Amino acid sequence: MAGHATKEIDAKTLWGGKISPFSTSYGKLMMWFFLVSDALTFGGLLVSYGFTRHDYLGSWPIGEETFNSMPFLGSGYPLLYVALMTFILIVSSVTMVLAVEAGHRMDKKGVIKWMIATIIGGFFFVGSQAWEWSHFIHGSKFGKVELADGSLAIVKGTFGEIENFRVEEAGSHHKKGDVITEDLMHEYQHAVALGHVENGFIHLHDGSKAKIAKKANEDLQLVVKEKGGKYAIGSVIEGDEAIAMYEGIVNSGEAGRVVYGANLQQNEYGPQQYGQFFFFITGFHGFHVFSGVIINIIILFGVLRGVYHKRGHYEMVEKTGLYWHFVDLVWVFVFTFFYLV
Amino acid sequence: MERDDIIEYSLDAHHSEEAGVKIRKKIIFVTVLLTVITIVEVVLGALIKQDSAAWPVVKWSFIIMTLFKAGYIVLVFMHLGDERKALKYSILVPYFIFIIYLIFILLVEGTAVGETLRIYGS
Repeated sequence: MAGHATKEIDAKTLWGGKISPFSTSYGKLMMWFFLVSDALTFGGLLVSYGFTRHDYLGSWPIGEETFNSMPFLGSGYPLLYVALMTFILIVSSVTMVLAVEAGHRMDKKGVIKWMIATIIGGFFFVGSQAWEWSHFIHGSKFGKVELADGSLAIVKGTFGEIENFRVEEAGSHHKKGDVITEDLMHEYQHAVALGHVENGFIHLHDGSKAKIAKKANEDLQLVVKEKGGKYAIGSVIEGDEAIAMYEGIVNSGEAGRVVYGANLQQNEYGPQQYGQFFFFITGFHGFHVFSGVIINIIILFGVLRGVYHKRGHYEMVEKTGLYWHFVDLVWVFVFTFFYLV
Repeated sequence: MERDDIIEYSLDAHHSEEAGVKIRKKIIFVTVLLTVITIVEVVLGALIKQDSAAWPVVKWSFIIMTLFKAGYIVLVFMHLGDERKALKYSILVPYFIFIIYLIFILLVEGTAVGETLRIYGS
């Protein structure tokens, strides 16, 4: 790569401001400076995440407990899906570096092949992130509960399946004796969150009241995440006591005692800021990946049309490559500080 | 249009077939390394819980492994290792000075704010 040492440069060029002290073209240098500023933005986001985390200490959610699901397979796979996403992004970074390498050999076919592979990897990653967001927003079957003393606890265990709702009092839509079997989980969680479930009965939207046929929950554990009056952070309530407590809260008919999933106001995993940081950091990174894919596609068209081949070098591919590797680099840090530590 | 007042640095980056074989070998090596580190991280994360005595060691090894990965990505994939020293350090030094300062000051401050809120109520 060290071609510059062999070039004769006359004094006028050398001192006239036409030679770069970095032996790099203007475009590449500017890309580097842009990346430094962008790295500071991400650094700022991650450090402010660290600030908030140190603020909460014990009550902060743990990555491998929050993110333990796989598409189609359910839960019980701590961090595997995120690791898979990380792997996909690393591989797409590798295909990008191979495209750059092919460009250095003026191998147009190689550049096209590897850039297409990179774009596919990028789409896979963005899709995975969409799934992860959707999963995070919808949340678990149990949700987070507010105990009698005001503590907040997350719930672990086996959820007893809901079989049906049998209408006992007619409303504007359902008649007495109707058996509802569709969309049960969604209706149930919605009603619990609003306090519309009372002593095994659910009040539906149309004003009807139905009896819930549901298998019993098993092996419940309530892990206290935010302190109220009685329970300390981290204390675990188990066994029959946990079941009685959880059923009591779900069937209390009080609104706001159970939180499912996540939005910007509240989430079932931990403090409010946890959800906000999740959406902001992974969202900002996802936006970078998405724009990276778009830029890659634009450059791919340039390669296909032979623009860079005519120019005599594939530096545009190298520049977009820098951006793409940067996106991978940021994810390595997000993976560690948001998910692992 | 040819311009003789501009030095075309991008042409210096060209290399031959044989050099390409060597570079690709290095790329594959780094790929395997990054993958292995990621797998080790996930396995450690799944095996060792955050309340265990070994956690602080694991946490710091995560951070060190991350810096390793980052170093390989920046120096090999982004070719910063092959650039001139002047470029390398004008990218790395300002960033590190600023970010280390920021990390230090905000984590200390975060702990202090948390302590204060616990003592005096929020």
